[in-house]
Amino acid sequence: MTPFVADVLIPLGKIAAVILYPMVMVVVMIWLERRVVALMQGRLGPNRVGFQGVLQPVADAVKLFFKEDIIPRQADKLLFNISPVLVMFSSLLAFCFVPLGEPVRIGTTTLTLWIADSPVGLLIVLGLSSISVFGVIFGGWASNSKYPLMGALRSVIQVLSYEIPTGLAVLTVVFLARSMDLVEIVRRQEASGVWYGFLMPVSFVVFWISAVAETNRAPFDLPEAESELVAGYHTEYSGMKFAYFYMAEYAHMVLVSSLVVILFFGGWLPPFQGVKALAFLHAVPGFIWYLVKIMFFLYLYVWIRATLPRYRFDSLIRLVWKWLIPLALANFLVVALVRFLR
Amino acid sequence: MKNYWYFFLFLIVSVLFSVGLLGFVALIRYRRRLVGDKCEPYECGVDPATPTARESTSIRFYLLTLVFIVFEVETFFLFPWAVVHDKLGLFGFVEVLVFLAILLVGYVYAWKAGALEFRRGDE
Repeated sequence: MTPFVADVLIPLGKIAAVILYPMVMVVVMIWLERRVVALMQGRLGPNRVGFQGVLQPVADAVKLFFKEDIIPRQADKLLFNISPVLVMFSSLLAFCFVPLGEPVRIGTTTLTLWIADSPVGLLIVLGLSSISVFGVIFGGWASNSKYPLMGALRSVIQVLSYEIPTGLAVLTVVFLARSMDLVEIVRRQEASGVWYGFLMPVSFVVFWISAVAETNRAPFDLPEAESELVAGYHTEYSGMKFAYFYMAEYAHMVLVSSLVVILFFGGWLPPFQGVKALAFLHAVPGFIWYLVKIMFFLYLYVWIRATLPRYRFDSLIRLVWKWLIPLALANFLVVALVRFLR
Repeated sequence: MKNYWYFFLFLIVSVLFSVGLLGFVALIRYRRRLVGDKCEPYECGVDPATPTARESTSIRFYLLTLVFIVFEVETFFLFPWAVVHDKLGLFGFVEVLVFLAILLVGYVYAWKAGALEFRRGDE
C-alpha cells in the first residue's frame, strides 16, 4: 500500500463514514421519536410519507433546505451566522475519538475502526462535546431577543452544572479501568467479565441522568421549554440554521449513547460472555451489538421524554447541586474504598 | 504524530461539511429582501417592549458558574490519580481523601452561603 493511500485516502474514507453515521442516526431518530412518542400518547404520528412515514425526515429536510433565512434586525450578524456552524461541527468533532470496534483484518491490512486514538481519549471526547455550549450562548446572545437569551443562559448553567456529576461518574470507570483510552476501557471490561454498568449501577444512573440533562432533553429540556420560552436559544433561527441546532442536538444524543455503551455496557462486546451455551452470540459482529445497544439508549431517551413531566428550573439546579453531586462523590468514595480494602 | 494528522483531517472535513452544507442551502433557498415586522425579535406578535434584550440578568447564573469552575477543576485533578492509583497505593488514596476533604469544605460553605439556590427566599 502506498503511503498516500494509507495516510490520506483510507482516513478520508473513514472520516466520511464517521460523519455520515451520526447524520443517518439523526434521520432515524427524528422518525423514531415522532412515531414512538405519538404511539405512547395514543396518536398516530407521521405515517403518510413513505412506508409508515419513514420518509418524513427527508421531507422535513427538503422543506428546511428551501426555507427563508431570517436574521433579526438587531442581531449581531457575525455571531448569529457562526453559532449554528460552531454547534454543528463541534458535535461532530467528538466522534473522531469514539471507537466503533476492535481493529478488523481485511486481507493483509488491518483497519482500525476509529479515526484517532489517544491515551486520554475520554477527556478529549468530554471536552470536545462541551464546545457546543459556546455555540448555544453565542446564538442566544446574538439573536438579541428575550427568549433566546434566557434559553442560552439556562442551557449554559445546566450543561455546566451537570458536567460535574458526569465527570465524577466517569472517574469511577477510569478508576476501575486504570485507563482513559476508550478502546482500553472496553478491553478491560472484557477481561474482567463484568460490564461496569452492572458493577457500579450508581455511576451509570448518575451518568445517565446527567447525560439527559446535558443534551437538553426532556425532562430537563428547560432551555427549550416551549411552554415558557417559545423555542429557547434557537427561537430566532429559521431554515437550515435551525436545522443545524436540531441535528447537533441529536448528534450529541448519539455521542452520549455511544459513551454510555462504551463506558458502562461493554461497547461492542456480546452479552453473557462466560456462558458456553450462548457462544453463538459471538458470531454476530461486534458492530451490530454496538449499534443495538446504542439504539436501546436512544429509545430510552424517547421513552423518558414520553413518560416524565418537565422539571422546574430551580428544582433542576437543586437536583444536580444538592443530590447528584453528593451522590456521585459518595459513590466514588465507596468504589475507591472497596478497591483499596480488597 | 499520526493521530494528530488524522484529527487535523477530521477537523478540516467536519468544518468543510458544516460550512459547505450551509453554503449549498444558501444557493437554493427562498430569497427575498427582509423588510418589515419579519425582522423584529419574536415576542409573541407584539412589538418588543425594550430596544435591546441584553439587559441585566440574574446574578445566580454567575455565582453557579464560579462554583462550577472550582468543582470541575478539582474533578479533573482526580483523573490522573485514577489512572495510576494502583502504583501510588494507599499513600495516593489518603492524599485524595485530604484533597476531597478540602473540596467538601468549600462545598459546604457554598451551600450554607446560598450559592446553590436558584429561587429567591430559599437561602
